[in-house]
Amino acid sequence: MLLIECPHCGPRDETEFHYGGQAGIAYPADEVSDEEWAAYVFVRDNPKGWFRERWFHAHGCRTWFAVERHTVTHEIRTS
Amino acid sequence: MSHPDLLWRNPDPKPAYDVVIAGGGGHGLATAYYLARNHGITNVAVLEKGWLAGGNMARNTTIIRSNYLWDESAALYEHSLRLWEGLSEELDYDLRFSQRGVLNLAHSLSDVREGRRRVNANRLNGVDAEWLDAGEVKKFCPIINVSDRARHPVLGATLQRRGGIAKHDHVAWALARKADAYGIDLIQGCEVTGFEITKNRVTAVQTSRGRIAAGKVALAAAGHTSVLAERAGIRLPLQSHPLQALVSELLEPVLDCVVMSNAVHVYVSQAHKGELVMGAGIDAYNSYGQRGGVHVIEAQMAAALELFPIFSRVRVLRTWAGIVDVSPDASPVIGPTPVEGLYVNAGWGTGGFKATPGSGWVYAHTLAHDRPHPLAEPFGLERFTTGALVDEHGAAAVAH
Repeated sequence: MLLIECPHCGPRDETEFHYGGQAGIAYPADEVSDEEWAAYVFVRDNPKGWFRERWFHAHGCRTWFAVERHTVTHEIRTS
Repeated sequence: MSHPDLLWRNPDPKPAYDVVIAGGGGHGLATAYYLARNHGITNVAVLEKGWLAGGNMARNTTIIRSNYLWDESAALYEHSLRLWEGLSEELDYDLRFSQRGVLNLAHSLSDVREGRRRVNANRLNGVDAEWLDAGEVKKFCPIINVSDRARHPVLGATLQRRGGIAKHDHVAWALARKADAYGIDLIQGCEVTGFEITKNRVTAVQTSRGRIAAGKVALAAAGHTSVLAERAGIRLPLQSHPLQALVSELLEPVLDCVVMSNAVHVYVSQAHKGELVMGAGIDAYNSYGQRGGVHVIEAQMAAALELFPIFSRVRVLRTWAGIVDVSPDASPVIGPTPVEGLYVNAGWGTGGFKATPGSGWVYAHTLAHDRPHPLAEPFGLERFTTGALVDEHGAAAVAH
């Protein structure tokens, strides 16, 4: 069970949250190729190490926020 | 079919091979075996960073079935199931392949509709499938609670009688022994750390045991495929997650079929030795940590106990997790990559074990002929650009 620091509510159990995957995915420009669109829709980083990701405090304040978490140790650091 | 004295040599790597397979799990070993058996290609090395079949091959719940919804998937998994049906004899090794029947339970009206649709789709594709109502489920598996007062009542189930389980270690050892007998080098403790790529063509791999030149390189690293692909400069539509499972203490025979439920996130069978083997859903977050949260196990146990009240005093012997590579459409990714000579076979997610022989068969063909096996064609990387996805979230989803 991860202990995740919600910016509004403070540290809460993982079960209060939904996972949102990689953070910082910008909506693509107006004109993109099929390949660029496919990458935007389907391809995300999948690193073994530090990963910036989104969480949603679904059973709390319903804030979306980003944390940095290590995908081997599961350690979360404030960024 | 007694247990053999020698399974495989433990060779040092040679300087060069025609084909280097990165990953010595079930799929890597099956690929090596079929490269030799079907295509006469034996100058092959399987590189394994740990020990053979010590990753997901040692962590899965061994369920085998082929009742997928779409034509493309049904063809691929049914090909695999047919191979399973002759594999013990072919490999001269008792794989403990037991076609005891797989139930997929329906707990809601939409589950029922989806299940009946899948039965019909399966039959059209020559995959054996039956629909059972709740009473027939009870008859087939008497210890299931089919009370309509349950929180998730059993309204019916699909049944694939030809589905079942096998003993995963025997599968790996049997494939490894045959591959080794063909002269293929199975090299353990050898991690691929990089790729030499000249003019967009892979020419060698760098490993923890030195440089190995390669005519072709085949990725078969399951949850770690993204890590390897990144070293070749390729991004893949895969996300790695922990998938947990557990076994109980050894029990007398009590459950003689496989029971799966997507809605309550549990799948159960009883291994030949006597443990109940139960799988959970994936943990939500990306991870390579080979462990997950206890709350996932708790939810899984709660679901299992509602289905099987008889298990209420059974004790858990151990839990563990494997790292599964999940694709956006819950279907595998098989075929060439943007780097020439570099191939990928990944994205089997939570259900790769059942595909072991079929996956190896089509991947070996793809490597040998430099073009996808017909059964693998729909599963190329390009589908994410064309949009021709093979969406198996219904048939695969949590309980794969």
